[in-house]
Amino acid sequence: MADARKLPFWVDNILLPTLNVLAAFLVSGIVIWALGNDPFEALSLLVQGAFGYQEAVGYTFYYATNFIFTGLAVSVAYHAGLFNIGGEGQAMLGGLGLTLGVFLVGGSSPLLAVIFGILGAALFGALWAFVPALLQAKRGAHIVITTIMFNFIASSLLAYLLVGPLKRPGGQMPESADFPDGVGLLQLHDLLGMVGIDYENSPMNISFLIALLCAAGVGFLLWRTRFGFELRVAGQNAGAARFAGVSVSRMTVMAMMLAGALAGMMGLNELLGEQHRLVNGFTQGAGFVGIAVAFMGRNKPVGIVLAAILFGALYQGGAELSFDMPDIQREAIVMIQGLVILFAGAMEHLFRTPVRNLYGRLVKKGAAA
Amino acid sequence: MKNFFGRAVIGFAASAVIAFAAAAADFTPVVLYDVGGKFDKSFNEAAHVGAEAFKKETGGEYRDFEPTNETQYEQALKRFARRNADLVIAVGVGYSVAVRKVAEEFPNVKFTIIDGNVDLPNVQSITFKENEGSFLVGMIAAMKTETGQIGFIGGMDIPLIRRFEEGYRQGANYVRSDLSFIENYVGTTASAWNDPIKAAELAKSQYARGVDIIFAAAGPSGLGVIQAAKDKDRLTIGVDSNQNHVAPGHVLTSMLKRVDLAVQAAMTDAKNGTWKAGHRVMGLAEGGVDYAVDENNAALITAEMKTRLDEARAKIVSGEIVVDDAEGANSAH
Repeated sequence: MADARKLPFWVDNILLPTLNVLAAFLVSGIVIWALGNDPFEALSLLVQGAFGYQEAVGYTFYYATNFIFTGLAVSVAYHAGLFNIGGEGQAMLGGLGLTLGVFLVGGSSPLLAVIFGILGAALFGALWAFVPALLQAKRGAHIVITTIMFNFIASSLLAYLLVGPLKRPGGQMPESADFPDGVGLLQLHDLLGMVGIDYENSPMNISFLIALLCAAGVGFLLWRTRFGFELRVAGQNAGAARFAGVSVSRMTVMAMMLAGALAGMMGLNELLGEQHRLVNGFTQGAGFVGIAVAFMGRNKPVGIVLAAILFGALYQGGAELSFDMPDIQREAIVMIQGLVILFAGAMEHLFRTPVRNLYGRLVKKGAAA
Repeated sequence: MKNFFGRAVIGFAASAVIAFAAAAADFTPVVLYDVGGKFDKSFNEAAHVGAEAFKKETGGEYRDFEPTNETQYEQALKRFARRNADLVIAVGVGYSVAVRKVAEEFPNVKFTIIDGNVDLPNVQSITFKENEGSFLVGMIAAMKTETGQIGFIGGMDIPLIRRFEEGYRQGANYVRSDLSFIENYVGTTASAWNDPIKAAELAKSQYARGVDIIFAAAGPSGLGVIQAAKDKDRLTIGVDSNQNHVAPGHVLTSMLKRVDLAVQAAMTDAKNGTWKAGHRVMGLAEGGVDYAVDENNAALITAEMKTRLDEARAKIVSGEIVVDDAEGANSAH
């Protein structure tokens, strides 16, 4: 980072992420080979399972939708200099808000119920992020610690509500009653069917488009408005921001609430789009995957969307792989996904220095010639 | 960039079409386990054994899937229903709501659910009278205990597991009325099935309070109870599969729940075209539940005990003894 020599766009945004993913696949391949399977066959099954046919693509984008929301949630906070590990908890509370919003309106007006659900999701997610943000801004309690702890509180709260007051009458599992009939988001295959395009049945729904709109909105807000500029200044140099008259604590709270609202909207896809009820643990770790997605996407909206699609493909392709290669247990799939997160998220700078040196040498040589 | 992705997608799509056209249209049922996982040495493993028996006997193939959490139940059901699977077997009461929703959405796909009762024309529900089998192992515990205190550890606290406890208590009280019971549940969410550490701690605490035999109806968490019995040199009773071999000498017996027979029968019937929707109950009379005796515990179960057990079994089968049940144990609301 200290080296100011700038790499061209394609090296930074395409070559480096590709190298990271390839490194992850290389390690996974060795493990799969050690387990006694053909790594190339496994890889082709994974790719085919993720993009091979319409339904697979639908599933990939369905998973990607979750990761766009949570990736944006990490990214917005990051631009304000905050490391938001609380996406998981914010998404859970968002799901709770969504469910309460839906049941508040009931089945008499499905459209209104959906709107209340969406507002509830954003509101509850934002409120869940508000408390750690306020503690950070006013008392200096570190946001990493507080948001992690808030994940545990959220998960316990949800489990408590779903085995208690919100439990489905007569049910045995921790889940709420079904949403009233007709309360849900339009499925993509229905939407395409309306315009006469036949598309295989998949859980992809219009919340993917809402996620893209959110990504565009975040891009506009951060780079095209005064608020976004102030937010990024507060994140990059709090002292300078204060000197310029920007309230850093206000920016901290605003950024975190925005992040919480985005994470909370994940429920649109999972609950309004597919499950049509609140299920314990519906977030499935998407809040944590969002961290890897945000860093792999270089904290830029376009990058986040692409990284989310990559992770969606890994989730979908991984599930297909475990169907087709029974020897590869679910734990092995989790390991492959973990390796990609490790290489793309935590060790994203592994290849940066060698690539930069190599590129610098090549450029110099080119200039000398 | 967009171009690259577009081209890649088209390329993959082309290769997939070829691969799928090559797949044969053989009868391939699907087994979906619950979060305990295929090799839990208990409930899910029994289903796996049944599927393997189907494979061995008919030479047919099957596919299976282990979800990592309960959110995946509905996803997995839909995934296979969308592909018109020949038969989808959902193993576990946790699937009931999801099966009802997905079966309504896909009326042409056949579903078999174990432990849940879903009343739809394309769903076969198989439930067990766990209380009857638990009655017998309760008797065994009562005849064997030296301290007069016996314990029960349930996995997730739901009516289905309460049914095991009801039968166990009633069976023990049938032998002697001066027993005291201690019962614990590992948790209230599905993660309770997968927490052997906590189950072992609960077992150790029960043993410390004077319990000498614990019946664990807790799926994979039950392995923690068996470990605790081994560590503390006490006795435990296994569940669903025959768990006598897990710690020979410390597993008094196992309450067998023949999920394997149910799964194998559903698959074979579907293959032969004799599969029928509806509700099937498997109790002692139908051979659906029992207690296990093998070389690992033969020394622990005396002939005298067996005589009394056989008497009680006959009375339950004839209806002379009606074992209490927990309300709503197979409900699928």
